[in-house]
Amino acid sequence: MSGSFSSSVAGRDIVALEGVTKRFPGIVANDSVDLSIRPGEVHVLLGENGAGKSTLIGMLSGLQQPDEGRILVDGKPTPITSPRHALALGIGTVFQHMMLVPTLTVAENLLLGGPWWQRPRTEELEARVAEITRSLGITVKLHAKVSELSLGEQQQVEILRAMVRNSRLLILDESTSMLTPKGIDELGALMRRLVEQGLAIVFITHKLKEAAAFGDRISVLKLGRKVGEIPPERFRALGEQAIISEIVELMFGKQKDDPEAVERPVRTVQAEAAPLLQVADLAVAPTDNAPGLSSISFDIRPGEILGIAGIDGNGQKQLAEALAGQRAATGGSVRLEGVAIEALSVGERRRRGLRYLTDDRLGEGTVGTFPVSINFFLKQVGAAPFWRHGVEQRGEIDERAAQLVREYDVRTPSLKTPVARLSGGNIQKVLLARELAEGAKVVIFNKPTYGLDLANTLASRQRIRDTAARGLAVLLISTDLEELLAMCDRVAVIANGALVGTVENTDDARTRIGRLMIGLAA
Amino acid sequence: MTGLFSEVFLSALLFGAVTAAIPLLLAGLGEQMSEKAGVLNIGIEGMMLAGAYLGFVGAFYSGSLWLGFLTGAAGGVAVAMIMALLCVRIGLNQIVIGIALTLGLEGLTALLHHFQFSRSYPRLPAAEATVIPLLSDIPVIGPAFFKHHLIVYLAVALVFAMGYLYRRTQLGLNLQAAGDKPAALDVAGIDVIRTRTIAVLTTGALAGLGGAYLANVGAGLFIPFITNGAGFLGIVLAMLARGRPVWVLFGALLFGVCLSLTTAMQVAGINIPTDVIQMLPFLAVMIMLVLFGRRASLPAALGIPYERGAR
Amino acid sequence: MSIDTAPTASATALDATSGTATRRDILHRLLMTLGPILIALIIAGFILLAVGVDPLAYYGFVLEKGLFSPLGIQQTLTRMAPLLFLAAGLIVAFRAGMWNLGGDGQFLLGAVTAAASAPVLVQIMPSWLALTFSFLIAMAVAMIWSLIPALLRAYQGVNEIITTLMMTFLGTSLANVLVKLMFRDPSTTVPQTRTLPVEDRLPRLFETTITSGLLLGLAAIIIVHLVMTRTAFGLKLRIVGANPRAAVHAGLGVSGLTVTVFAISAGLAGLAGAVDIIGVQGNVRADWNPAYGLAVIPAVFLARMNGFAAIGFVFLLSVLSIGGESAARRLGVPNHFTLVLVSIVLIVLALAEYVDHRYNQSRKA
Repeated sequence: MSGSFSSSVAGRDIVALEGVTKRFPGIVANDSVDLSIRPGEVHVLLGENGAGKSTLIGMLSGLQQPDEGRILVDGKPTPITSPRHALALGIGTVFQHMMLVPTLTVAENLLLGGPWWQRPRTEELEARVAEITRSLGITVKLHAKVSELSLGEQQQVEILRAMVRNSRLLILDESTSMLTPKGIDELGALMRRLVEQGLAIVFITHKLKEAAAFGDRISVLKLGRKVGEIPPERFRALGEQAIISEIVELMFGKQKDDPEAVERPVRTVQAEAAPLLQVADLAVAPTDNAPGLSSISFDIRPGEILGIAGIDGNGQKQLAEALAGQRAATGGSVRLEGVAIEALSVGERRRRGLRYLTDDRLGEGTVGTFPVSINFFLKQVGAAPFWRHGVEQRGEIDERAAQLVREYDVRTPSLKTPVARLSGGNIQKVLLARELAEGAKVVIFNKPTYGLDLANTLASRQRIRDTAARGLAVLLISTDLEELLAMCDRVAVIANGALVGTVENTDDARTRIGRLMIGLAA
Repeated sequence: MTGLFSEVFLSALLFGAVTAAIPLLLAGLGEQMSEKAGVLNIGIEGMMLAGAYLGFVGAFYSGSLWLGFLTGAAGGVAVAMIMALLCVRIGLNQIVIGIALTLGLEGLTALLHHFQFSRSYPRLPAAEATVIPLLSDIPVIGPAFFKHHLIVYLAVALVFAMGYLYRRTQLGLNLQAAGDKPAALDVAGIDVIRTRTIAVLTTGALAGLGGAYLANVGAGLFIPFITNGAGFLGIVLAMLARGRPVWVLFGALLFGVCLSLTTAMQVAGINIPTDVIQMLPFLAVMIMLVLFGRRASLPAALGIPYERGAR
Repeated sequence: MSIDTAPTASATALDATSGTATRRDILHRLLMTLGPILIALIIAGFILLAVGVDPLAYYGFVLEKGLFSPLGIQQTLTRMAPLLFLAAGLIVAFRAGMWNLGGDGQFLLGAVTAAASAPVLVQIMPSWLALTFSFLIAMAVAMIWSLIPALLRAYQGVNEIITTLMMTFLGTSLANVLVKLMFRDPSTTVPQTRTLPVEDRLPRLFETTITSGLLLGLAAIIIVHLVMTRTAFGLKLRIVGANPRAAVHAGLGVSGLTVTVFAISAGLAGLAGAVDIIGVQGNVRADWNPAYGLAVIPAVFLARMNGFAAIGFVFLLSVLSIGGESAARRLGVPNHFTLVLVSIVLIVLALAEYVDHRYNQSRKA
């Protein structure tokens, strides 16, 4: 926790939002939000997914316009009409998803935006960058292609870009999701240095601990409304735990405990049983946009939840795809119930009980334009009793679909609704129903609670626990360390396509995992 | 068979190759710019036809080839404006609109030709060559490469101009960003739609110019469907050239040789059926695609319309 | 690149599977299909005016010759035979997300193959057997012609628009070579294949001049429709078309399906060529290329890939085709105009879908 020393520039808002409202078809993303952003302060916008944070950012950076209310810049009402306008006003945004062109170098990315007829002013840029990086204590490789940088380095480039443009207000949108614990600390320190130079920072997150650690002022958003604000004075007065309790009460009402913190899982692992899944020396070749895997080995016993921790993009998805059969392995073996399956097709593996719940629900997991009923059976096209002699049996399909909808509590207007119309949580339930409903023995979950609101997150986690409790083996891939600690019996850490260590989920697991993620021995 | 490797034959072959290559070169350069910026322009065959027809009309009625080139380019731009409006600005499917534009202009130019020229079938006088001194005296290569209309040399110079544009100017950066990650360009404050529109209109101008050259210099007349796939060959060139204009030039020359074999064979007195020779360029294309198709690197956002803040 | 890429409107929004049809829905559907046709007719009418032709007279003539005269309607229905096969082939390909633009090349090669084999086979076996073999050979040749683009797309990810178009150019030239050299009828001065005698061609229907090939065409498109909407195989193709990544995730063998789709689509195009020869023309003249392949595309889009609706739009296209040919002879308006009209329909349809989509979006907000 830290105080701010912004006495010289205290008080005046750089940017203020008054009664800002934004609607999209079917939802109110922001409902009459007031916000005041001051220089020299780290202003945290805290809220779970779906609370309306990204929409507010969209309006501040000129991507969208409010439907009601107004935005004031330096005290004057100023509609922010475009990204160009936002930049001109001194508002720089670092988005959650990288906004750099991967095929251009860092310097070229920083130069984007100049008048089109000119030669890019490279020397000027180099001088300016040197100045900024010195004062901030970071280093940046100007002439490397962005695609070659790590995610943490890319984020630094984006912050640098905002500084090169003389931003007075820097917005960081969920910037820590791709960082190691050490990287998160470094970002926090960088933010501190920036506000000491007089910048205003808006830091968006859904993680309570980061909000408490890095913020000077916290505004809590819930379902589009601002439900509370903790100003710097209060911040300084309370300890971290007290801050957390207050935030929790603002967000969730009466509960005093961190709703995400659950006791260590009750062991359901049958220690003497033979492993359901045995992976030995699995290797996958790297491709243009995906890392390779080398020597991946692990076992999962019935009733066990094994977690895979690591920074996004280190081979997690490739591991899941290789196990499922979607990606060709160049070596190693995979055994399901003792039987080798590495030569089998996706369909064959599935029939034997290997299930893969993808993180990409609409891009890969379902066909958005097809009805909910068909999506339940996407992986069983042609199988009896839903198809006989290749002909579709509508009655059977609808009957079973209705059963699954009831069992898994899928909220949908009808079985025929195109699945893309459902909310994220309900699409996830469709996927859960499809993969878990019958015959599952080993289930791979890839980021199962990503993008879900708290209620659906907790429900999904419960389902995963129930799955393990039934005697299945579960592989849980997640970038959310808290989630892994709350659910897994053991956690393996993946870095650069290899497993660098496996940790039993004891009290010091968090530290040991963090160390593994940054390349130290556990 | 005796005439096969004579100087006359080789000269005629290479001369014809250059003449045939120029429309392909221009189409390829144009398509390359569109694709760099993320727009898949299937309608380029239609743009070339528009350029060929309007280019011929312009040259025929005014007596000036240069005016013909201008009207041809303008014709290509006009068609490109439709593409820019429907696909870049509104966001309709680029393939559907491209097919529609090509079909429509094939029909329209054929229709117009029928009503205007089908009784008279007028021809233009042979284009005036700009002979480059000294270089044109080199045996075989001289008359083949250095006795063309001025526009040919300008077209080749354009290859290097575009290379410079792509690598050394802000516009080049903008175009690449528009094709690889338009959201990044938007956030940097540049209008993605405007950047892509510039690319598409330039494609139209180049394709129209290519068509005008084909009609006015290459053939000296206009007949329906005169381009006979030149626009599509341009798309192939752009796809295989991996973003470098120089490769478009080489590929165009290669296809030009295939195309010019017909006339060259006749000059040399060799008797192979026209239809067989006409297959050659397309055969070459298929071979190239089989060998190199996998490595055709296309921008990530190719074919996908840009929508700011799309949910 | 799958057809259903953009979430925003496109003329290719397939698979609207939700809901029962209310009266409002039916009216809406009618508006969205007849509307673009009407608007296109008007715009094309202006083009006719520009070249000095009275559009109403032209359209009236086309309708008269294509629809309202007894001879004309028979010719129209006869023309439908190859067009229905082509439409069936396009539906299979487009629903699977593959742009098979090689229809013309596949058509011509199928036609030439049928023209070459039928006259020979009828002399050594009963007519029905000979024609069946002829059809099968034509289908096989067209399928083979699609193999290279199919393999390139399935295993190298090469865009099939370009490869199929190139194969069309190649196929057209190859067909000409075959007609002029290999299969040339020695007894005529005009270069063409040997003519299949009328009594050996597909029988006519009852007392009319309509070829029974029409029935074959109807059967083809209906079978395609049922397979696409009611079978597991059809569902697999639709998944590949709607979301190729989901197809991989679901364990569908996408490469194999790709080659299969191209084969079926090309095979149907080849059958279209064969039915045109065996049912109607009897021979292939040199440089003959009716170029039906691309003209059928708008009909299939207007029908939203529905086989039964496609029958109706193919009928309209036929009327236009027959009437247009007659108009070319009598009114001096070349039937290139058909291409113009058909392309305007496609563009207006795309726009109409977009406007409709935006209207729906703003209503939901």
